[in-house]
Amino acid sequence: MFDYNFHWRPVMKSLPDLLEAALLTLQVAVLAMILGIIIGLCLALIRLNMRGPLRWIASTWVELARNTPALFQLFFFGFGLGAFGLHLSPYMIVLAGLTFNCAGYLAENFRGGFQAVPDTQIRASRSLGMTAWQAYTRIVIPQVFRIVYHPITNQMVWAVLMSSLGMLVGFRELSGETQFFASRTFRIFEYFAVTAVIYYVIVKLILGASRLLATRLFRY
Amino acid sequence: MIEIHDLHKYFGSLHVLKGINLNVEKGEVLSVIGASGSGKSTLLYCINGLEPVQQGKVVVDGTDVHAKGTDINKLRQQLGMVFQQWNSFPHLTALENVALAPKIVKGKSKAEAREIAAQQLKHVGLGEKLDVYPSALSGGQQQRLAIARALAMEPEYMLFDEATSALDPELVGEVLETMRMLAEEGMTMICVTHEMGFARDVSDRVAFFHQGVMEEIGPPEQIFGTPQSEHTQKFLANVR
Repeated sequence: MFDYNFHWRPVMKSLPDLLEAALLTLQVAVLAMILGIIIGLCLALIRLNMRGPLRWIASTWVELARNTPALFQLFFFGFGLGAFGLHLSPYMIVLAGLTFNCAGYLAENFRGGFQAVPDTQIRASRSLGMTAWQAYTRIVIPQVFRIVYHPITNQMVWAVLMSSLGMLVGFRELSGETQFFASRTFRIFEYFAVTAVIYYVIVKLILGASRLLATRLFRY
Repeated sequence: MIEIHDLHKYFGSLHVLKGINLNVEKGEVLSVIGASGSGKSTLLYCINGLEPVQQGKVVVDGTDVHAKGTDINKLRQQLGMVFQQWNSFPHLTALENVALAPKIVKGKSKAEAREIAAQQLKHVGLGEKLDVYPSALSGGQQQRLAIARALAMEPEYMLFDEATSALDPELVGEVLETMRMLAEEGMTMICVTHEMGFARDVSDRVAFFHQGVMEEIGPPEQIFGTPQSEHTQKFLANVR
């Protein structure tokens, strides 16, 4: 009835390759998050403070990022741009796709964060002679970051897990590498089981680090 | 000296200040009283340029607040402001709250800014609370923190916008005490207030506002003792 024989040895043999691929996963996710935070912040500020075409672009970005499958967004940067003769490397496709997606989600988090900081904080800052820039960077944004800190952590986890879509555009991050070895050895279950454990450990490490950082950053 | 000439302010079609003329001399304490919505707070916001005006002008020490070339951020350093909602910065300690503006606006060194901050916090009776975050302070303490924060910029004038009206009754006294102390030290102050006792005891002059018009202005004995305008009489009868 149950005649599947587990073979773990090939998996163990390629573990160093898998861990190296895991680093690549982490790298692309971290980069996408850094870019996503910067762009998301800009998108949120544009949506809150501007009118006209820039605002329209920002809104469209957020709408597309949040309301279409992440896989399609990756395909757009892969096959979509490819159709117009712009060929990105698999790494760039995943980085661009993840950044696009993260920026869209983070923009909404930031928007909520900005709306949660009372306007009177800006008035008080300006009344002390601060410029609008100083009021935003010294008073408003630090408070916004606390409000959106946990959503950002969630998004970071999501970015790591979502990067596994990279294997569908030929990117050999953790999932792509796993797929490569699995198809070579036909030990599909074993490979993906071990990879799942690696993902789990990465996510747990991120959550732990985030909690640690929070206690240092937010003393109030 | 603060000079206000024929000041008009609209919010959309709402005419909130209808031709205010008022001079405040150095060293003077002026209390502004009147019902809610009479334009008292708006007047303060116009004085430090937080609100644009539609007609007339405000001149502070010879500088037109709303003129195009005016460096408003520089001018605001002369005009300390304390708000009804004290608006302490929640992510900074008491010391950091007060030290921030001297450092980034006035360009003081970090050590110098912290020294000024510690001094001002001691001044308002918060010398023991330097490293405490605002969330651990009472409303009255947070309002005194806001006063220290404004004083740290070494302003020539202090504008108080109903500084005690968001406080629990038992905390009003400590803030009024601090304001009284400033008045005695010779600070020029414009206090929008509902505290008639304070207005009577501390002010050099009291102005009564009614529906965007300054109906009456004079020494406290006159405003509280023999008010001329019918609206002032009615208002005072109601608050007593």
